Amino acid sequence: MATTDKPLPHETEDSQPYWAKAKGGVLAIQRCADCGRLRHYPRLVCDNCHSLEADWIDASGRAVLHSWTVAHHAFHPGFAGDVPYVLATVELEEGPRALGILDCPADAGLKPGMAVTARFEQRADGASELHFAPA
Amino acid sequence: MSLNGKGAVTGIGETQYMRGSPKSAFRLQIEASLKAIEDAGLTPKDIDGIIPIGITGAPAEAFATNFGIEDLRFSAVAPLGGASGIASVQAAVAAIAAGICNHVLIPSGRNVTSGARAGVRIHQMPQFHLVTEFEYPLGAIAPAQLYAPMARRHMELYGTSSRQFAEVAVAMREHAVMHGNAVMKKPITIEDHQNSRMIADPFRLLDCSLESDGGAALVISAAERVRDMRQPGVVIAGIAEGHPDSPSSITQRPDMTRLGIAKAAPRAFAMAGVSPAEIQVAEIYDCFTYIVICQLEDMGFCKKGEGGAFVENGRLRLGGGLPTNTHGGLLSQAHMLGMNHVVELVRQLRGQGGATQVEGAEIGLATGYGDLGDGAMVIMRRA
Repeated sequence: MATTDKPLPHETEDSQPYWAKAKGGVLAIQRCADCGRLRHYPRLVCDNCHSLEADWIDASGRAVLHSWTVAHHAFHPGFAGDVPYVLATVELEEGPRALGILDCPADAGLKPGMAVTARFEQRADGASELHFAPA
Repeated sequence: MSLNGKGAVTGIGETQYMRGSPKSAFRLQIEASLKAIEDAGLTPKDIDGIIPIGITGAPAEAFATNFGIEDLRFSAVAPLGGASGIASVQAAVAAIAAGICNHVLIPSGRNVTSGARAGVRIHQMPQFHLVTEFEYPLGAIAPAQLYAPMARRHMELYGTSSRQFAEVAVAMREHAVMHGNAVMKKPITIEDHQNSRMIADPFRLLDCSLESDGGAALVISAAERVRDMRQPGVVIAGIAEGHPDSPSSITQRPDMTRLGIAKAAPRAFAMAGVSPAEIQVAEIYDCFTYIVICQLEDMGFCKKGEGGAFVENGRLRLGGGLPTNTHGGLLSQAHMLGMNHVVELVRQLRGQGGATQVEGAEIGLATGYGDLGDGAMVIMRRA
């Protein structure tokens, strides 16, 4: 269950479009409007051509597992009811990586390269929480 | 201009390391600083450069005010987390070599009993702001959780095992028990490690460093001054800092198993003109057991992926091929942001290592690791 005392994302001018899309359940990736390079997490400048112009694409949500950790100790009281939970680093089909909560048992026999799909869970506290599930 | 042979560590100071110190972080910083200055044979008014270790430290002005320093000529801050100590030594030697100042104090000290613990503090730091926005709200709170995916990736790619992590923990504990000034006083076995509770898989409790109270400080001076100083000279032969690819996010790092020290180490070895095989004692930043294994690879002591096997069979213990963390490290002596590693290296090269002295040690190295993978490395030799 979502609780109100989990930390909330503090959106910035650069990331505002990401969180707006996330509210609608869409995983968006920032794209350089000049050279087309995708970048995540959202930021001001393209590290390839140094353009400050950016637009956004919708990601397919398809990804593969790159690495993970299973949280057994809650370092924040907001997660005490959630342990153990799996935090997955995934490689999105479009290239950038993302971190999300993997909806699977902690002892699921995870392997790099495993296919997963993205979804957002809308928490009661207003945060959009990125999740992945085995495809 | 190379910095090889330009600077020396002329003073070291440490307080007792403990949990639950009644002393404030600033008091611990001041006590360690006064010891280091006295160790150098100087008075506080001789200090004309200050680089405080920033995370919980007081600013340079606080030291200048309390010490009555009338003409502070150099101050800086190196914001590299646990690599700040060695990065600060680099800045100090550069400033001294440029003639800006003569004696630089590098103070550190913390009281985590009354102050902020690492897991809370990092999310207030600007270098973590992307992690704080995109990962913290998901429950990726503490360094153990942020670094665990690096270790897991290494295990999946190279077959590195938790028992190999345990080899690191057991060696550090053995040294801490012998050393004396250490928070942890009971030996551990591989089985103790394997039976310790899981914190952030693959990290068990005994893979994680301590949270402890204390102070450590250094005085850096020009190398030609060592003849006039109180203690045997220990000269800085090679030093460098390095920042990882994707420095603001481990998640986005192309190669998760490569740290900033992979860039720093070749520069430091080249500056010193030595190879890993010549290193007699190593003080390697050990916030987590895996981070030691990864740095050994990144520094070239073995190939990428071979670090797990490298640490087996007691290689890191006294009498082993590469005696490492002869003070017990962050895992078993104290978490003093790696400043205790530099202090211990100097003590070893002076021949003042006591029960954990590496026989005849003349050349050694210390490393720092911080934030999301920043690295720094120093090679020192007996003058």
